[in-house]
Amino acid sequence: MVEVLDKVDVVTVGVGWTGGIVASELAKAGYNVVGLERGRHQKQEDFLQTKDELRFDSRYDLLQNLSKETLTFRNNPDMTALPMREYGAFHLGTGLGGAGVHWSGVTWRFLPYDFEIRSQTIDRYGEEKIPEDMTLQDWGITYDELEPYYDKFEKTAGISGEENPFGGPRSNPYPTPPMKDTAALRLFRDTTEEMGYQPFMAPSANLSEQYTNPDGQTINQCQFCSFCSRYGCDFGAKSDPINTVIPTAEETGNYELRTSANVTEIIHEDGEVTGVRYVDLNTGREYEQPAETVALTSYVLNNVRLLLQSGLGQPYDPEEETGVIGKNYCYQVEFSGRAFFDKQYNMHMGAGALGMAIDDFNGDNFDHSDLDFLHGGWISLRQGGRTPISSNPVPSGTPGFGREFKEQSIYNFYRMLSVGTQGASLPNRYNYLDLDPTYTDEFGNPLLRMTFDFHEQDRNLATFLAERIENILEEMGGQDISVNKELGNFDVEPYQSTHNTGGVIIGDDPETSAVNSYLQMWDHDNLFVIGASAFAHNGGYNPTGTVGALAYRATEGMIEFLDNGGGQLVTAKNKSKLT
Amino acid sequence: MSDKKEKQFSRRDFLKTTGAATGGIIGGSLIGGFIGSGWASNDNEIVGSSEDTSGGDNASSNDNFAEARMFFSRQEDFDVLVAATETIFPEDDNGPGAIALGVPFFIDRQLAGNWGSNARDYMQGPFAEGEDTQGYQSPLTRGEIFLQGIRRIIDESVERFDHAFVELGEDARVEIIAAFEAGEIEMQGVSSSRFFQLLKQATLEGAYCDPLYGGNKNMDGWKMKGYPGSVMSYYNVIDQEEFEEMDQVALKDHMNSH
Ligand SMILES: Cc1cc2nc3c(=O)[nH]c(=O)nc-3n(C[C@H](O)[C@H](O)[C@H](O)COP(=O)(O)OP(=O)(O)OC[C@H]3O[C@@H](n4cnc5c(N)ncnc54)[C@H](O)[C@@H]3O)c2cc1C
Repeated sequence: MVEVLDKVDVVTVGVGWTGGIVASELAKAGYNVVGLERGRHQKQEDFLQTKDELRFDSRYDLLQNLSKETLTFRNNPDMTALPMREYGAFHLGTGLGGAGVHWSGVTWRFLPYDFEIRSQTIDRYGEEKIPEDMTLQDWGITYDELEPYYDKFEKTAGISGEENPFGGPRSNPYPTPPMKDTAALRLFRDTTEEMGYQPFMAPSANLSEQYTNPDGQTINQCQFCSFCSRYGCDFGAKSDPINTVIPTAEETGNYELRTSANVTEIIHEDGEVTGVRYVDLNTGREYEQPAETVALTSYVLNNVRLLLQSGLGQPYDPEEETGVIGKNYCYQVEFSGRAFFDKQYNMHMGAGALGMAIDDFNGDNFDHSDLDFLHGGWISLRQGGRTPISSNPVPSGTPGFGREFKEQSIYNFYRMLSVGTQGASLPNRYNYLDLDPTYTDEFGNPLLRMTFDFHEQDRNLATFLAERIENILEEMGGQDISVNKELGNFDVEPYQSTHNTGGVIIGDDPETSAVNSYLQMWDHDNLFVIGASAFAHNGGYNPTGTVGALAYRATEGMIEFLDNGGGQLVTAKNKSKLT
Repeated sequence: MSDKKEKQFSRRDFLKTTGAATGGIIGGSLIGGFIGSGWASNDNEIVGSSEDTSGGDNASSNDNFAEARMFFSRQEDFDVLVAATETIFPEDDNGPGAIALGVPFFIDRQLAGNWGSNARDYMQGPFAEGEDTQGYQSPLTRGEIFLQGIRRIIDESVERFDHAFVELGEDARVEIIAAFEAGEIEMQGVSSSRFFQLLKQATLEGAYCDPLYGGNKNMDGWKMKGYPGSVMSYYNVIDQEEFEEMDQVALKDHMNSH
């Protein structure tokens, strides 16, 4: 028997960055919010023994337990998808705060070009510049419209940064000054400056100084201890949901958090969502939580899965090119090159978001007239903090084990530097998400199926960026430079980035998008689907700055929706096509 | 086939001639000297080392109750693991090798736990081989892969060199491990290169993990690499131009500090 609970104003499915932002804003506005999180409760004290590479980096202690739930993967519709049995190209978060607890903290704004990518590309290069299978779309919102929400997220998180010379206009500088630089970062800065580029410090959620945000939450000064990406911070110096938005929500008295609560279905009737069903993982009991509005904040992949599983929205069909749920799944073209130096750099010190960047080859910041791809990526030297198990750099030609390997890996531990990029990932008709016909999770529900590969666009972009990286490493004085210029096929095994995007995309036309610019479902007014699932493509940056901005805008929409007793917040283009 | 035979003969000659140089080709000697826990005699020749770096306190070796096997039921299998890890990460002028760092017992324990049984991986069928881009697709657990791999090392040694793996000189051991690395050895349900990658990864983990796990004994792995471990703050040195040497800190040092 499913126990039906008392109705609340808002329920969030998952409590990471997006679920936390919804909780804080709606609870502050006086609405009662319930947060359902499948993972454990966690707070800073849980991370006092965090400096443990084996546990967190090699064994992925904080990540989703794949024995209970994973996804299946194939490169194209002709292959049979198979489960991702172990990690993994991307690392899925679980527990209070989600992946926000163990993220690195690089917090970008996308470029104005990103939001109007289709029209600006056509304006500048003509429609034939867009390859046939590239389902490139404008976002139905401009950079200028989103700017106030970027500003808000940056203030919540206290981002430490320096203005991007290629970035869109800012209403305010970053709330805190840029992070300290290092010997390696200075080498990258001086070199790229000499090459005529415009280096600057990457925007960081590991803070340069102690900071109290507008909600009164304090984040400490980063100590550069290096235990950051994949670790929770023991010092409260990385902005995450558990030191910002979640305590803000709790302090209102309007927020109730339930952990070990795994949502299995969004319940709906006649175009209206009525609540969610979840399993209490401690007892196995099932509950129904009725709500005025539901915020689906369970990360990109489960946002798509829960919609499909609940029969909400029209599933995307790549053959017919109809439907929207699962469409425009994108990722990141992420890789790096490395070289060796005589000097020893303190590469074991660092912070997740510590890095020196150039944006000269991102977006449409450079002319693509004679290039066989669109967009680009930020290029950087990052200093996250090197750890000894995962980092054993050896010059090419060194055997993979034994005396020489040991000698070289020890000698070069501090002598290797790498320069990397996060290239944009543009949509392709055949890259999409749907439900797997064979494999199931612990409850017997179908796993999400990912169909994804790199295409011409991605390969050409990768080769171009690899050449820039090679030049920079050369100018830096590196020896034995190694940069892979061939992207190959997407491989689900080696870690690349947890920058999955799309599947429930934003737009101004219900025919081609699933949510409006408030992330409200076109065909279910009281369901808001929040996360990078809304990205119509992925830019050449880490996603969470844009995720945070979209989430803040969504909360404004939710408040308006609740205040006014419902309705669509945006008038759709092509409304006649809405059935 | 005659090719293979010729190769074998030459390998044996090679073994004889290089054995003297690396020390201790034959005689179960590789293991005895290193463990230092009193269960093996210490007076044998040691490959690649002339001293016992595990602390040298054989007299009080009974304190080391943790140095017993949890996962490997057969002594022979464990001995091969010991020799294989030392081959991957040998003692040298930089410092101790896998054995002295506690790697074999570290791996034994890891295989006995969640990691060895793939407790946090998706292990439901149906199983299919899949494409290279689809990642690991075998029903075998890491524990099962290790056992199978170790037994294949045992067979391969006898086949190539007519001797047990633990009796071989270093060059011969390297040759065998390299064949696994190259994927040349037939295994069931998994490639030998994947077994090698697991073995190498586990060896490096045992060499460089926090000493709480039984590896990186005495923080010697970190000392060798100049890695200071779990330092609370680099705030005052992060921006300096010169390299900073620091003393090692382990998680144990943080236990009472909060
Ligand atoms: C190692 C790592 C480094 C990263 N570094 C960066 C970076 O430097 N910069 C950047 O921009 N981004 C980074 N990211 C990405 C960033 O973490 C995510 O973009 C961000 O956390 C997304 O927020 P979210 O709320 O959408 O999802 P999450 O933070 O993942 O939260 C989703 C929550 O929903 C819960 N949930 C899922 N399904 C259910 C269900 N059925 N029922 C109940 N609860 C459910 C999950 O347990 C989780 O807690 C990184 C990610 C990782 C893993």
